[in-house]
Amino acid sequence: MAVYIHSSNCISPLGFTTKDNFQALLSGRSAIEKIFINDAIGTIYAGKINNQLFDAHFQSIDTLFSGARIEKLLIAALHPLINKHCIKNDSVLIFSTTKGNISALAENQLNDAFIPTTIHNINTYFGFKTEPIVISNACVSGVMALSIAKRLIESGAFSNAFVVAADELTPFVISGFQSFQAMSNEVCKPYDKNRNGINLGEAAAAVYVSDTFSANAITIAGEANSNDANHISGPSRTGEGLVLSIEKALKEAQKTTTDIDYISAHGTATLYNDEMEAIAFNRMQLQNVPLNSLKAYYGHTLGASGLLESIVAIESLKTNTLVPSLGFKEQGTSQSINIITKQEQKPLKAILKTASGFGGSNSAMVFTKNK
Amino acid sequence: MYSVSKYIHIENGSIFENGKQIVDSNTTDFSEFIKQVYRNFEHIYPKFYKMDDLCKLAYIASELVLKDETEKDIALLFSNNEGSLDTDYKHQQSIQNNDAYFPSPAVFVYTLPNIAIGEVSIRHQLKSESAFFIASEYQTDYMHQYTEHLLRTNKAKKVLCGWVHCLNGAYKACFYLVETNGILEHNNQNIKQITK
Repeated sequence: MAVYIHSSNCISPLGFTTKDNFQALLSGRSAIEKIFINDAIGTIYAGKINNQLFDAHFQSIDTLFSGARIEKLLIAALHPLINKHCIKNDSVLIFSTTKGNISALAENQLNDAFIPTTIHNINTYFGFKTEPIVISNACVSGVMALSIAKRLIESGAFSNAFVVAADELTPFVISGFQSFQAMSNEVCKPYDKNRNGINLGEAAAAVYVSDTFSANAITIAGEANSNDANHISGPSRTGEGLVLSIEKALKEAQKTTTDIDYISAHGTATLYNDEMEAIAFNRMQLQNVPLNSLKAYYGHTLGASGLLESIVAIESLKTNTLVPSLGFKEQGTSQSINIITKQEQKPLKAILKTASGFGGSNSAMVFTKNK
Repeated sequence: MYSVSKYIHIENGSIFENGKQIVDSNTTDFSEFIKQVYRNFEHIYPKFYKMDDLCKLAYIASELVLKDETEKDIALLFSNNEGSLDTDYKHQQSIQNNDAYFPSPAVFVYTLPNIAIGEVSIRHQLKSESAFFIASEYQTDYMHQYTEHLLRTNKAKKVLCGWVHCLNGAYKACFYLVETNGILEHNNQNIKQITK
């Protein structure tokens, strides 16, 4: 049985629909700007959804809802998909997040900081009839949530799923990455020689997946998750977990390296992550496949990133368009990889999405077109 | 048809293995209790002392299940209702006031629940499938179906499932290993009993 992605939606600083987001990328816009956070953190480069613009957008969906900001982001991401596809008795809501409504902790509202509280509010808001599922697996959560949706549909547990992924830009997360000295003091430069760390961002992204074939839908042809079993916060030096997950995803998709037309990679712009990816792609003989990272457009949106970037990659697949890897000028990894530097039309049939994160986690997924 | 080959329950200073009590401590304090249990293991693992409480609990529960295990293709599916809130709270305390601002990377790294999966993967060298699920209570239905799907589709040879909860000094871990042969049928009723 195959599982298909039918529609998507993105709420980000670059737009409130998938179409607007993709258009923004094609025009080279980046969400990253200088933002003052507070006296202790100071000013950082990050991507933040403009509250005024978002509130105006949310008013067009619901004028009465008064829940937490992240709940509004989730509702805005899901709303058009649920209108289009309708909730059935065996529809399930799957939520990918690293921190959920973590801002509630700063307000001393411990109960609101529990992720089940947030997702039950959303489940009830839309009237889902099944228990929601939450995946919290660091930076691979978004891709992993999609892979778990596929598997649960294959197993017959559900016939369709609404997968939503979101994380907010909060002092909680910023202060932590600052303490790691992992933040860039400019717009980040994935894979570049002068890269010096990440930008953080925020987004909510959603897709509708089901077991029903449609010529316009995208097939999840293969996927896998593998742990490095090496270090809780540092990437593996050999790229072991990423290699294993790509191998398994390709095998399930019945594809070889030469079938892959484009890679939407993780590319956080830290020294070690990007180096690890270059090693893994070379080990897999994928070094000549056009590849990009979207982190200089959005920043790292953590639990949202895997799904947001999958949605963008699927737009590339549908429109046969390669999006440049913003921020890249000069090869900065010990082994070379084929970074996309200019927008290009190219026939795309099968593409690969990868993600890696804290806890040694790695995920890979192959998407194919049906026409 | 799959089976549960071993199951562990840790709560209130007691540890049960396959339903039989193997540890009965009168220590009420979690950190004292978990250190006592660790010291009784033959395996020396200094990293244990660096872990936060959630990881320590997951480490001990996994150790009890996997100590004589040779299979490496074991998927890890952990779950709880609080994610990493126990450590999130500590990190929040360190940034709450601008004049007493001291975030620490050693704390922040544990503000992700799947770090517990990472710690167990490193200890047992499992380069396998894994996922951390958050739910208000253990979701027997979908955990059962997801586990069997991983086994049926050869994405794992065995699956270690577990509820691992640690918040404000309260703790509970219920871990069970699912494979082809075992001592209990892998069905919803037995899973409910094990994770009660």
